[in-house]
Amino acid sequence: MKALHNFVEGKIKPNFEEGAKLEKLWPVYDGLYTFLFVPGHTAHSGAHIRDGIDLKRTMNTVITALIPCLLFGMWNVGYHHYNALGMDVTFFDQFLFGAIKVIPMVIVSYGVGLGIEFLFCVLKGHQIEEGYLVTGMLIPLIMPVDLPLWMLALSVIFAVVIGKEVFGGTGMNIFNPALLARAFAFFAYPTWMSGDKVWINTDVAEGQAVVDGFSGATILGDLATTGATSYSAFEAFLGLIPGSVGETSTLLIIAGAGLLIFTGIGSWKIMLSGVIGGATMGVIFNLVAPYAISPEQQAFMAVPFWQQLIFGGFAFGIVFMATDPVSGSQTEKGKWVYGFLIGFFAIMIRVFNPAYPEGIMLAILFMNTMAPLIDHYVVEANIKKRQKRLELKTAGA
Amino acid sequence: MQELINIFVKAIFVENMIFAYFLGMCSYLAVSKKVTTGVGLGLAVIFVLTVTVPANYLLQNFVLQEGALSWISPEFAEVDLSFLSFILFIAVIASMVQLVEMAVEKFAPALYGALGIFLPLIAVNCAILGGSLFMQERNYANITEATVFGFGSGIGWFLAIVAIAAIREKIQYSDVPAPLKGLGITFIVTGLMGIAFMSFMGIKL
Repeated sequence: MKALHNFVEGKIKPNFEEGAKLEKLWPVYDGLYTFLFVPGHTAHSGAHIRDGIDLKRTMNTVITALIPCLLFGMWNVGYHHYNALGMDVTFFDQFLFGAIKVIPMVIVSYGVGLGIEFLFCVLKGHQIEEGYLVTGMLIPLIMPVDLPLWMLALSVIFAVVIGKEVFGGTGMNIFNPALLARAFAFFAYPTWMSGDKVWINTDVAEGQAVVDGFSGATILGDLATTGATSYSAFEAFLGLIPGSVGETSTLLIIAGAGLLIFTGIGSWKIMLSGVIGGATMGVIFNLVAPYAISPEQQAFMAVPFWQQLIFGGFAFGIVFMATDPVSGSQTEKGKWVYGFLIGFFAIMIRVFNPAYPEGIMLAILFMNTMAPLIDHYVVEANIKKRQKRLELKTAGA
Repeated sequence: MQELINIFVKAIFVENMIFAYFLGMCSYLAVSKKVTTGVGLGLAVIFVLTVTVPANYLLQNFVLQEGALSWISPEFAEVDLSFLSFILFIAVIASMVQLVEMAVEKFAPALYGALGIFLPLIAVNCAILGGSLFMQERNYANITEATVFGFGSGIGWFLAIVAIAAIREKIQYSDVPAPLKGLGITFIVTGLMGIAFMSFMGIKL
């Protein structure tokens, strides 16, 4: 490590320093350097609290929390593929097939996204921001496996440029970029993002065929069209169901949530209130199910409320996307309202809106638009409260 | 009752004046720099819409529509005055806005100063005239439905302007590229908010 450090400091760094040939590319060098080594910058005046955690470490913790979902997602893709073909293969074959499908998505997402990020940093002449690290991992996890890579690349470009860079980059955005990428793909290429054909890869080689009676619909797709599903709640909890790559396994998402809460990086308030909100709406639906306007909707409403929470992307959205500290509510009281309404709207959209069998994506985006308003009123209320206290004090004195 | 709730929710979320039709953009963009002024203008729009839509509904059904005048005497059954609807609707709206303006000036002078020219300009706010014209086009069954629709549209517009005002207060601290500062970024945010509001498209109660 020492030798590498000396080599970088001695041979590579001079090329990027002020006045050197590649001066303009300094942000690129700096970004890659701080990946490998702890940066040596220190403040020049005053006393500062030093802490090992910075943006890069924060992002890496979230990525660690996502790794189980990613690995499971790879296996799940292969598992469903071979199931659809009616073939009995080993665990490793299943995993290998999924890896071949999913890893290119991850590479495209990171390649395109970081490319744009680097470009903007060089143009604006500031340090590389690490904000894309988590987004780049989230995007492939929330897309269907069959999405063509160029569509993925376009969504990433939209999300990074329109969702983030126009606001000034990491930490300034209003909307969650990963969700914007998904929303963009969803509205631009609806046939690739919904329905019952996209969730399971059914490419067949010669001599293979899809088994009779095969259905690729997700649980929510089934429920929205027919009101019944063939998967059990336990399968849904483990994640043995079709869906976007990384969203299926509630068990592993809970494990990830544990890490986020333990390290204090994800807000437990948002997660808890989100689950409460979803459960509340689920219970309301359970109660009013007899008054539904159609038998399908009635069956959908009658789904026990706790099952609503483990189907589809609800858990993934609440744990990894709603807790985004930038686009979410930033006041502590606001977080309760914000999380609760996300859960509430997600289940409501799911059941009421026939166009979208899953509601968590748009529910979070909708609450992203409302989060600054919630914060505004929380802060105003606090100001009023303290003013009153002050008046009381001065009146008493 | 269910029909009324349906109209109300639709007017707020599904057919939001700003995010579905992009009506009333001028004051939406101009007065949304601070939440407090946004709230003031939003309330004014709610009031004006709630009053003018039913008023114009009466005009439409008892004066303008073909055969609407037959309540005076049967010989007017052939008369069709609907070519006058624009001018009459605007007249009703303008007089309503005058009323609001006087009330605001009397009771909230600070807000009156902050809103400036945009308060009288509610008279030509496309969302207000749009409300009346949508009412005409959609043939609401009775005056209650028209009122609920007007009130709902107003709430939808209010929600939009308050939300964007809060966002604009927040992105004041963002490092927005110079060419996009101000209106540019507001347009982009409005578009993205439109995507978020699409979550309600197609909802039926």
